[in-house]
Amino acid sequence: MAEHSKLGKRIVWGLVLLLIILHQDVWFWESDYLVLGVVPIGLFYHACLSVAAGVVWYLATLYAWPLDDISSVSKEAGE
Amino acid sequence: MISTIVISGYLLLLLLLGLSSNRLFSGSGKDYQLATHSIGPFMLLMSLFGTTMTAFALIGSTGEAWQNGIGVYGKMASSSGIIHSLCFFVLGVRLWRFGREYGYATQIEFFQDRLASPRIGLLLFPILVSMVVIYILAGVLGAGTVVNVFTSGAFPSLFPGDPASPPSIGAVPPWLGSGVICVVVLLYVFFGGMRGTAWANTFQTLVFMVLGVVTFLVIAKNLGDGSIWENMRQASESVGERWKTRSDTSKSVFLTYMFIPLSVGMFPHLFQHWLTARSAEAFKLPVVAHPIFIMLVWVPCIMLGIWATTEMAHAAVPPLARLSPEVPGSANKVLPLLVKGLSSPILGGFLAAGVLAAIMSSLDSQFLCLGTMFTNNIVKEYFARGQLTDKQTVFWTRTFIVAIVFVTYLFSLLDPRGVFGLGVWCFSGFSSLFPLVFASLYWRRLTRAGAYACILAAAGSWLWLFIQAWRTGKPLAEYLLEIPIGGTTYDVMPVTAMILISTVALVAVSLVTKPLPEQTVQKFFPTRQG
Repeated sequence: MAEHSKLGKRIVWGLVLLLIILHQDVWFWESDYLVLGVVPIGLFYHACLSVAAGVVWYLATLYAWPLDDISSVSKEAGE
Repeated sequence: MISTIVISGYLLLLLLLGLSSNRLFSGSGKDYQLATHSIGPFMLLMSLFGTTMTAFALIGSTGEAWQNGIGVYGKMASSSGIIHSLCFFVLGVRLWRFGREYGYATQIEFFQDRLASPRIGLLLFPILVSMVVIYILAGVLGAGTVVNVFTSGAFPSLFPGDPASPPSIGAVPPWLGSGVICVVVLLYVFFGGMRGTAWANTFQTLVFMVLGVVTFLVIAKNLGDGSIWENMRQASESVGERWKTRSDTSKSVFLTYMFIPLSVGMFPHLFQHWLTARSAEAFKLPVVAHPIFIMLVWVPCIMLGIWATTEMAHAAVPPLARLSPEVPGSANKVLPLLVKGLSSPILGGFLAAGVLAAIMSSLDSQFLCLGTMFTNNIVKEYFARGQLTDKQTVFWTRTFIVAIVFVTYLFSLLDPRGVFGLGVWCFSGFSSLFPLVFASLYWRRLTRAGAYACILAAAGSWLWLFIQAWRTGKPLAEYLLEIPIGGTTYDVMPVTAMILISTVALVAVSLVTKPLPEQTVQKFFPTRQG
């Protein structure tokens, strides 16, 4: 169980790092392509990145919640 | 006139909401400053989102996209979606837990305890207060401008304005608009405390999110003769390449801009909001939804900004064609002009209310936070021998809130437009202290001297770089550092150097100075049993 938890945390933090790397999207820097004829690809990509951030943070709340390793204290704190 | 009625109605409603929260006030200092840790996930999400989003999210983002294209989203919005949630997750939850367990109400109390150094407050207090005051001042001035723009023509006999500048005729002058907004925020913070602030923030965040989307759809509908979708396609096709791409944006500036959102980790008003959470679980919704909410507010505003550069928009709203990026303040007029030109006065009034909501939902938390810091870190610490009754705590917090609002309003009358240029410097200052809060939570070896070195290095590097920026004579927000690497010179944000210097000072000094007593370290890093 502890092994799973450790692996889950590593995956989540890897995904957060990936988000930060994907944020530097040099590949769409000068493309003026319009997604569905309306949204510039550079803006569309970053909007998708915002949604991806929501998904990654959701996974983080499931697999890397910071109070897991200090749960005893949070119980005392009135949880 | 209709816009003015809508804005007045909105302010009245807000006031009633804030005042009615007073019925739940228990009378204790903890209830006034922290709503007795009673805030659930939804209100915490709305409070945190409303507090981090300022008028820039609506008016500024549209103006910046009109001026420089879509790059502003990646620079300021998607990066914030990642980094803000990171701060809530990595810092907020742990700080909430310590605050709940050891009874903190302010950031300074946490650092004093963590470093076993009551005097660190004397160093941190003036730094944090001055940066928050700059932030507040920008909000107060912005509120005055919004009221002025949206009430243009409403009271020609009361406010004749300047005939040389027709929009000023009949408009509520900025000093009066700022004053009214200050009074409204003051009243609901004064009577409602943190609970009133959280209620008002929730309401205001809903208002500016819904109105942002409605405004977008109405403008898209009236931009041309076709359907909403046809108009959107036609407008996007006629946007110039420079606005649809980031060809004018430096990649190294884009990269280093990502350090700016780290500032939320050190915002004292956000710290106080974190402590209002009912449980650690309450953080989960804000952590997940924050980036998506940012997208919902920013993307429509940026689309409107780039459409405003097209012939199609100029034909529909002729004053847009007369705006020049060279004239200061033009960018902030883009959204109001689009709304006035392409929607009804009622929607114009509602949008103004939405922009004011974004401003006020930051101002209220900042007023309350400064009142709490003055009471807990100055009065209680140095004038009341560490003891204040509930009644005294509420009295002093309210007194300081009134004083802060009054002083800030007086400052705003001097019309220091330069504070808008200070915005990015203010955030950079908070970001440069990020290593301090991070190390306090995750590094056992942090020492008192290391923390002092970090604060002094952050303040010193900020001041030195600020003087360099000042000397160039250019706008302060445009100052960049030039870093030559391998024959190429890269432009980077000054915040990069500040964070680097403060981190090196923190680590180096901590490693060569005496560790904190084991008892202090154990309090924050308890050894696991078994």
